[in-house]
Amino acid sequence: MTISLFMFLAFVAATLVITYWSAGRSHGAAAYFAAGRRITGWQNGLAIAGDYMSAASFLGIAGLIAYYGFDGFMYSVGFLVAYLTVLFIVAEPLRNTGKYTMADVLAYRLRAKPVRAWASLATLTVSTFYMIAQMVGAGALVGLLLGDVGVGYVGAVTGVGILMIVYVVFGGMLATTWVQIIKAVLLMSGTLLLSVLVMAHFNFDFGAFFTATSQVTYQAGGETVTQNFLNPGLYYKPPYGALDLISLGLALIFGTAGLPHILIRFYTVPDAKTARVSVLWAMILIGLFYVMTTFLGFGAATIVGRNVIDDSGGINMSAPALAQALGGEVFFAFISAVAFATILAVVAGLTISASTSFAHDFYTNVIHGGTERSPGEEVRVARITAFVVGAVSILIAIGLGPGANVAFLVGLAFAVAASANLPVIVLSVFWKRFTTRGAVWGLAVGLFSSIGLILVSPSFMGVDGPEVAAAARRLFQVPTLFPLRNPGIISIPLGFLAAVAGSLLSREPSAEAKYTELIVRAHTGLESEQASGH
Amino acid sequence: MWVFVEDSSGLADCFRAAGEPVWSLEMSADTQPERRPMTAAEWDRIAQSPIYREMVAAKARFVVPATILFLVYYFALPILVGYWPEMMSRPVIGVLNFAYLFALSQFFMTWLLAFLYMRVAARFDTMSDQIVREALARQGRE
Repeated sequence: MTISLFMFLAFVAATLVITYWSAGRSHGAAAYFAAGRRITGWQNGLAIAGDYMSAASFLGIAGLIAYYGFDGFMYSVGFLVAYLTVLFIVAEPLRNTGKYTMADVLAYRLRAKPVRAWASLATLTVSTFYMIAQMVGAGALVGLLLGDVGVGYVGAVTGVGILMIVYVVFGGMLATTWVQIIKAVLLMSGTLLLSVLVMAHFNFDFGAFFTATSQVTYQAGGETVTQNFLNPGLYYKPPYGALDLISLGLALIFGTAGLPHILIRFYTVPDAKTARVSVLWAMILIGLFYVMTTFLGFGAATIVGRNVIDDSGGINMSAPALAQALGGEVFFAFISAVAFATILAVVAGLTISASTSFAHDFYTNVIHGGTERSPGEEVRVARITAFVVGAVSILIAIGLGPGANVAFLVGLAFAVAASANLPVIVLSVFWKRFTTRGAVWGLAVGLFSSIGLILVSPSFMGVDGPEVAAAARRLFQVPTLFPLRNPGIISIPLGFLAAVAGSLLSREPSAEAKYTELIVRAHTGLESEQASGH
Repeated sequence: MWVFVEDSSGLADCFRAAGEPVWSLEMSADTQPERRPMTAAEWDRIAQSPIYREMVAAKARFVVPATILFLVYYFALPILVGYWPEMMSRPVIGVLNFAYLFALSQFFMTWLLAFLYMRVAARFDTMSDQIVREALARQGRE
């Protein structure tokens, strides 16, 4: 295990050097929050990919495909197609009309205080759910790898938390961006290498690879089961499987364009055209990665098998287990270090989006009416917030423990983003009659309906039989009120309806008067925030 | 002062029509003038100008059908797979079935639409640069 430790430390050392370098270049708010808006298109594309492909992608989806075949691949498809929403509808208007956060666009012509307060709450909610999922994953991974050198779950979670605090507090957006770029390169090369090794195992015969995939065998309950992993229906089963798949698709397609840590990346580039170019770079990388999850997942299913994976850390360790089977200890250590880097980069992106939103939206604009009381106050508050967010996430992740079901936390983050954030972003740019009341209703209804539906879904509610272990028992031991695991199919329309209803039930002449200004800016970039000169 | 510089963002060059340079308007770093903000009348004037309306219409002509297309194409997948699993499990090429091939085709659909958007967007940039140039020139005269 000393190889794993060495690779972890090498990555950590490299990222700390970047943070030190960035710290000297992050003076002023635009430098700290938006890397001076001087990130280039391909750099930002790599950083978006690095921000987006989380532990849920690398460990989670590989595991789902390894255990349930085709149904896991449905996640891969949705995660990429979602970028068309970002490219066509959100990226350019957001860059042209905002400054540091998603709420800037809403506050442009609506009343700043209520809109920013609610948008900030939604951002903090999405980021926190997402972050805790990553930290629990990191803790489980590192604890498993380095358990024999005395690093347990608690030590691993604390270590990840401290590192992300250091990146964000000292290095700001510039350090976060470069950590994400390095991680994207590592993740792409690790995945490519793993895919090539899988195909080498089948002598590069795709026919043999897919034939093996169509007859996967494993032991379950003392019997040998053979299943065709190319067929749908092994994970999402009747009677509600079809609706659940559609609901999941809605959350992915509309949630990505509402994820605060992805949206703030568009403020780091000089203009809307570069934002567009960066989305295209991100789509190429993200698409290639998700195509390769075929090899990771089906490779783990056919070469390793779920019985062996169960004994080496469970479903989320499918990709590392595959690496061990194909490339031995050194490759296993490398892939684990890649997974660790993946988690760190995503967590840093989440921390900076949460702290930017709190400092810029809530502290400066809601509490202090839009002005800094002293120069640099906003950045100072953001640094303190990053520290607090990090500390709170460490405590919650330790409290939940390594057995927590992390996949639904990420799903919840997407559902909240799709139900609360996306409707108000779209309506504020494309609907003249949109009002403050509409924005507040949309944000509030989207936020609470998605969380509420998750709480009464089979993920949290249901009667477990006596054979279910204490750690795996659901929170509420009463019959489920809502049959789907994914709330999007109900909560996204609710978010839109509330935003439209709130607007129709109020009039805001000042918001209508500023509409022409907003839409011309969104389309042309006139008077948009400029890159800082050096 | 505002200066025109040749686009250096890299990828945009791969997608513009051949022979047509991509220019962008950038603020030169040494002299950032204090400009007064535009008035409501000036915004209205831009919004009513023929070139602006032409640009918005051209954008809508691409983005609206493309969005409808990708939503229909994407949601066909969970609907078909969810409600007609037997049909989607039928092998087409060797052991590869409808479901997997359709899922794989989504990647190519996504890349193709993104690529087409980059191509048409180069024209929006040219128009939007002209709008910005004219607006700033008008503002400078007043």
